[in-house]
Amino acid sequence: MNMYKITRKNNLTPTICLMDVEAPRIAAAAMPGQFLIVRARPEGERVPLTICDYDRAKGTVTIVTQLIGASSRLICALEEGECFTDVVGPLGVPSDFVEMPDDALKGRRYLFVAGGLGTAPVYPQAKYLHERGAKVDVIVGAKTADLLILRQEMASVCDHLYVCTDDGSEGHHGLVTEQIKLLLEAGETYDQAVAIGPMIMMKFVTLTLKDSGIPLTVSLNTLMVDGTGMCGCCRITVGGKVRFACVEGPEFNAYEVDFDEALRRQTMYRPQEQEADHQCKIGRG
Amino acid sequence: MAEKIGRVPVREQDPKVRAHNFEEVCYGYNQEEALLEASRCLNCRTPRCVQHCPVGIHIPEFIAQVKAGAFAEAAAVIARDSSLPAVCGRVCPQETQCEGSCILGVKGEPVAIGKLERFVADWSRENGGVPVEKAPSKGIKVAVVGSGPSGLACASDLAKLGYDVTIFEVLHKAGGVLQYGIPEFRLPKERVVEPEIDSVRALGVQIETNVVIGRTLTVDDLLDREGFKAVFVGSGAGLPRFMGIPGESLNGVFSANEFLTRSNLMKAYDPSSDTPIFVGKRVAVVGGGNVAMDAARTALRLGSDVTIVYRRTEKELPARAEEVHHAREEGIDFKMLTNPVEILGDENGWVRALRCIQMELGEPDASGRRSPVPVEGSEFEIPVDEVIMALGTSPNPLISSTTKGLETERHGSIVADEAGATSRPGVFAGGDAVTGAATVILAMGAGRRAAAAIDAYLRK
Ligand SMILES: Cc1cc2nc3c(=O)[nH]c(=O)nc-3n(C[C@H](O)[C@H](O)[C@H](O)COP(=O)(O)OP(=O)(O)OC[C@H]3O[C@@H](n4cnc5c(N)ncnc54)[C@H](O)[C@@H]3O)c2cc1C
Ligand SMILES: Cc1cc2nc3c(=O)[nH]c(=O)nc-3n(C[C@H](O)[C@H](O)[C@H](O)COP(=O)(O)OP(=O)(O)OC[C@H]3O[C@@H](n4cnc5c(N)ncnc54)[C@H](O)[C@@H]3O)c2cc1C
Ligand code: SF4
Ligand code: SF4
Ligand code: FES
Repeated sequence: MNMYKITRKNNLTPTICLMDVEAPRIAAAAMPGQFLIVRARPEGERVPLTICDYDRAKGTVTIVTQLIGASSRLICALEEGECFTDVVGPLGVPSDFVEMPDDALKGRRYLFVAGGLGTAPVYPQAKYLHERGAKVDVIVGAKTADLLILRQEMASVCDHLYVCTDDGSEGHHGLVTEQIKLLLEAGETYDQAVAIGPMIMMKFVTLTLKDSGIPLTVSLNTLMVDGTGMCGCCRITVGGKVRFACVEGPEFNAYEVDFDEALRRQTMYRPQEQEADHQCKIGRG
Repeated sequence: MAEKIGRVPVREQDPKVRAHNFEEVCYGYNQEEALLEASRCLNCRTPRCVQHCPVGIHIPEFIAQVKAGAFAEAAAVIARDSSLPAVCGRVCPQETQCEGSCILGVKGEPVAIGKLERFVADWSRENGGVPVEKAPSKGIKVAVVGSGPSGLACASDLAKLGYDVTIFEVLHKAGGVLQYGIPEFRLPKERVVEPEIDSVRALGVQIETNVVIGRTLTVDDLLDREGFKAVFVGSGAGLPRFMGIPGESLNGVFSANEFLTRSNLMKAYDPSSDTPIFVGKRVAVVGGGNVAMDAARTALRLGSDVTIVYRRTEKELPARAEEVHHAREEGIDFKMLTNPVEILGDENGWVRALRCIQMELGEPDASGRRSPVPVEGSEFEIPVDEVIMALGTSPNPLISSTTKGLETERHGSIVADEAGATSRPGVFAGGDAVTGAATVILAMGAGRRAAAAIDAYLRK
């Protein structure tokens, strides 16, 4: 009965693909901020991916995968009509605002900062808030215009969409942190900010907003194995305490996260992963 | 006379060879050896061994059948009390249970009860298994959370009673610790664990993998929306603990659970698997239980030099005696009365050494036990590039925090009585989720008692 069939596949860029996957129970239970874990084949790694959208009626969830290594290559190689070996979720704690009553969200001002692929996880959050009458501004950053994903979708769920590209091929020429400063200098105020993207980007967004008085949430893409709290691989230090991103996160108060440690821990298996397209995973040492 | 023969030795893989492979260490008895070993049992009238088996297997009775060459009958005797004999025969701490109180052990060596149980179970599996009687379906649905020994045992007893049982398992493979924790070289997956799980399926039990209870579905959903009349929670021990010493977040520090899960569940030792595992040149494993031995011996097999660091003495090592013996034979170094105080890193944040302090046994405390105390000024460093922490677990809040009216202890374990009943009517629990990390046989026993209690509850 567990089929996990890919009902739609759309290559957003040559290295980023979007898929709708049949997983009725996950679709029924999913909330913004949560993720799932897939295995692309029986020998496959357990790969965590954010739930970017869900269609409870159709029983599908949407995932967006960026090809960065061996396992994401296997995922991106799956075609419409093919199946994942395993999909489990929803995992993690839903975003804080899911707990808030709808009238408290009405008119509340949110700033989202999405880096690269981070656009995908930001989308369900912006959509949820926009539907409930919150005021949502989104900054999206990418290396070049070609790598911008989900433009139309994002534009349809926010009040303002600010695009930044590293090479100036579209929108603001420069980093998302510069765009944040421009908005703050222009007198914009927010009740809450959320940054999702590469760890290094989240670190710099955190530094940029530190003195603004705006609460900031980040979603940590640590390494994971089981995703159920059993292995401790996803541990990070938040507010001086060891926390497990898969069961207590993935979202945390940005100002308490030890980003340098998180950045370092992400590289734990880099030597093995760089050789992973071939035999030798048992590396180093 | 029977007592004259010593305990029949069991054949094992040569330590030098097995230190480099993941095949089972112990070959077990063949028929001839089993018959000979069985002949040593005195068939005591009040067998002390039975009293010390947590599930009360009728040991002299099954051994008498072995002695008579009636292996199928022996298997049937064991099946009355245990649903996982091929597993327990391999992993029970026999020296503190059945064999630890065998009368022959007073003067000489106890009967090799575990090895005989294993022989019977393996023989039975290879010869069609024990025929089971299954009551006609009652059309009543019961859910089991977790497919470890407690869940499997509970599910199979309920299925035999005629209930429609579904096991929900969050991982992609069933078996719990039998699958992801205990290594292949001690408990072969394809040959032993999977047939045990298949036999549970053969009773009509559905096993749904990839379902997280508490997230995909809650216990309340199972009872209110999915039509289950009772739920058994056998979700295991939970989150790995760390020591709280400086340096535990350095690269190269792992929990034993992560290390073993990568190796066992994800088969990282096999080149065809996609999951990476880190192999240090020199590894320190902190702890002295089965988990520590398993992590150490796995690291050894992957090619590391391994030291086990334990703060008490050899006598207190909680691991099975056989595992400690095997670990030593394979060349693992033991540092007793040694406690880590800090993990030191290099300039890139990778482990470079484990800083320890020497311990000595202090004055006996109120219980008469001499606890280790640090020897001042005795710190020293062990140069290592990998540290594996095997320090036990603390409860996972996933189910308790999402189930209405489910009482937990202060530290988070689910509260359940002897029969497995929790504070919530219709919800039962057992195994490590209730007791904290314990043993396969205790988890299995708890699952079976809960099955009986669920049956009684549903008949009311
Ligand atoms: C909660 C969560 C949600 C995520 N959501 C998404 C998502 O929606 N879409 C998506 O494409 N990816 C997402 N990721 C990241 C994704 O899981 C990793 O990119 C993937 O595991 C990489 O596998 P790989 O084998 O292809 O690359 P690898 O070969 O494992 O890695 C290639 C390189 O990337 C680095 N790397 C590995 N894992 C990560 C990581 N988690 N984050 C950053 N760098 C990493 C490695 O150090 C290495 O240098 C998420 C991760 C988490 C924990
Ligand atoms: C490395 C290691 C070595 C050991 N060696 C020995 C030994 O030699 N002898 C011995 O007797 N004992 C040993 N033990 C202990 C023994 O394995 C455990 O006591 C026993 O497995 C507990 O059984 P259980 O059914 O309670 O839980 P587990 O075996 O832990 O099974 C629990 C299952 O529930 C699943 N689960 C958890 N949460 C959820 C959820 N929310 N939804 C769905 N599923 C969920 C888990 O994925 C898991 O599969 C060892 C343990 C370890 C870790
Ligand atoms: S189940 Fe364990 S304790 Fe009981 S007889 Fe078998 S090996 Fe001994
Ligand atoms: S105590 Fe020892 S000798 Fe006596 S019945 Fe048990 S196994 Fe046999
Ligand atoms: S991924 Fe294993 S505990 Fe979080």
